Amino acid sequence: MVPLSWYLIFAAALFSIGLFGVLVRRNAVAILLGVELMLNAVNINLVAFWRYSEAFAMAGQVFAVIVFAVAAAEVSVGLALVISVYRRRNTVVADELDMLKW
Amino acid sequence: MSFWNDPLKVAADWLEGVFAGWGMDAILAHVLVAFLGVFLLITILMVLDIFLVWIERKVVARFQDRLGPNRLGPFGLIQPFADIIKLIIKEDTTPGGADKVVYNLAPILSMMSVLILWAVVPIAPVMLGTDLNVGVLFLIAAGAIGTLSIIMAGWSSNNKFAMIGGFRQVAVMVSFEVPMLAMLMIPVIFAGSMNMNAIIDAQNVWYFFLSPLGALIFLIAAIAELGRAPFDLAEGESELVSGFNIEYSGMKFGMFYAGELLHAFTFGGFWAILFFGGYRFFGLEQVSPFLAILILVIKAMLGYWVIMWVRYTMMRIRIDQMLGFNWKFLTPLAFTLLLVTALVNALLAGASTWLYVVGMFLANVVTGWIALEIARSATRKERAQVEGPKTVEAHH
Amino acid sequence: MTAQQIIFLIVALYTLGSALMVVTTRNLVHAALWLVSTLFGVAVAYALLNANFIAVVQVVVYIGAIAILFIFAVMLTRKDMRDAGPQMNSNWWAGALVAVLVFGGLTSLLSGWSGFQNTAAALPSGFDAISLLGESLTSPEAFVLPFEVASVLLLAALVGAVYVAFNKK
Repeated sequence: MVPLSWYLIFAAALFSIGLFGVLVRRNAVAILLGVELMLNAVNINLVAFWRYSEAFAMAGQVFAVIVFAVAAAEVSVGLALVISVYRRRNTVVADELDMLKW
Repeated sequence: MSFWNDPLKVAADWLEGVFAGWGMDAILAHVLVAFLGVFLLITILMVLDIFLVWIERKVVARFQDRLGPNRLGPFGLIQPFADIIKLIIKEDTTPGGADKVVYNLAPILSMMSVLILWAVVPIAPVMLGTDLNVGVLFLIAAGAIGTLSIIMAGWSSNNKFAMIGGFRQVAVMVSFEVPMLAMLMIPVIFAGSMNMNAIIDAQNVWYFFLSPLGALIFLIAAIAELGRAPFDLAEGESELVSGFNIEYSGMKFGMFYAGELLHAFTFGGFWAILFFGGYRFFGLEQVSPFLAILILVIKAMLGYWVIMWVRYTMMRIRIDQMLGFNWKFLTPLAFTLLLVTALVNALLAGASTWLYVVGMFLANVVTGWIALEIARSATRKERAQVEGPKTVEAHH
Repeated sequence: MTAQQIIFLIVALYTLGSALMVVTTRNLVHAALWLVSTLFGVAVAYALLNANFIAVVQVVVYIGAIAILFIFAVMLTRKDMRDAGPQMNSNWWAGALVAVLVFGGLTSLLSGWSGFQNTAAALPSGFDAISLLGESLTSPEAFVLPFEVASVLLLAALVGAVYVAFNKK
């Protein structure tokens, strides 16, 4: 049997890798990739907690479904913003996007 | 439980006994037998794929009032083998500057996305790859992997035409998944479960009679998903020089081509399962699983024939017309139909079967008629804008 | 080591390896494809947790929509077909340190919890997760309000994304 600790450590590792991606990458789209990894790690945690406690308490799976919806919404708006910025400034490197509209 | 009643289980048990007799561990024997079963299914599907090439060429020939291949073998049956040998001995090029790993992975993923669909297809009451209780959603999931393989093919070819073709094809596939998902929910509402076997079991009246509009919209969305005419802008040889397929030659192209035909046959099969009762035919399927397989194959062939019929009759639609058709007409209609179906299902839940069937059928017809009227009035307005007001001629 | 543990280890190592490739590879399209591989590994992990509806929805929503969005965005925001320049910040070691510290902190915090080594109880027979999930999402005593709010959020995101990315010619 797989103890709960294995799933929690797996999710924590995935979250840290995503955090590394967000902090370290220069390209804005790559930062959003890191955010996706973090959201997936959180989802694994939620579903693992659902499975390892009372199975009839569906709060874990419901929360995971809501996180799916929120992640999809966030990715679409984020990428729309990145594409729009690219059209204006012709760059997606996060360091170069440092001035507001002048 | 004899061989004729349940052939797969008998064969699997016998094989496991043989492996255990050789001293193999029980779990390992089980896994090995499962792998052998998967191997057998894939082999049968690929052989079927070869004959689908023959069927396609003969049918297109008959639609175009000619004979089709008839030189190699009786009725041209050896023709697909000649095609395959030609594809195998062709030079396997990889364009310079192409991303080698992604380029070679794309046709494999495309074929894989079609083959894994057969894991949830119930070919007989006791023969089923896996009894997944979300079988209907699995259909969309496999389509998602197919979409990914096309964009990989388009991008990795290092060719602008391929990329545009790939983008367009993926845009069409992703857009038409929405009405397809809505229409997949209609048999789920009727049967009360997403399990494929449960949907077949619940079809005492074929769902085509309960929801003809749903079956029609599912067919349209499926043809768009397949990337076949009239939705094949990305692939048509006269349009974008065959789109994402451009740089693929030899057996890699063969995998895309054969994968597309098998995908069409699989969707014919799903149309049959979801709306025409699958392997059921007035109790014949209980006699023997082989009869059930035959019934399913016949129904799938009929569905495939309808898809081919549409392909060789209708002309190609432009990409903006395709996407406009989907988002402005098909998706609102699909969701309205889903709402109407759920409503009528809740209203007529306790009624007798005949009342239910007639009520649901009428609801479908009314919804379709209203949608057509709205589309017609929109077309009239558009035409008046383009052509100018019609002048009334004075009658002498 | 039971078979379940071995399978879980394989899936976890595959997913973590793909995730590392996502955040370290130079070519962004490759990073998006490694993300697809990671998402697939996560879907298999859901299937191991007997949440098969969530697993299939993961493939449909994440791989079929979000990953495709990422690939489109990467292809639409590059100046030429090759990636030039360094892909990571000059302070990448600080980011790595923060990530390792976060991992250590999470693990030590969770290991102090009493239920850390729980094992999974067997699911009751005839347990239909899908219908229970459906009831939870639509029942007023359960989670219908967050469900409806999520729908409104998706609508707002849809309208916002179309407006922001609209190419006014």
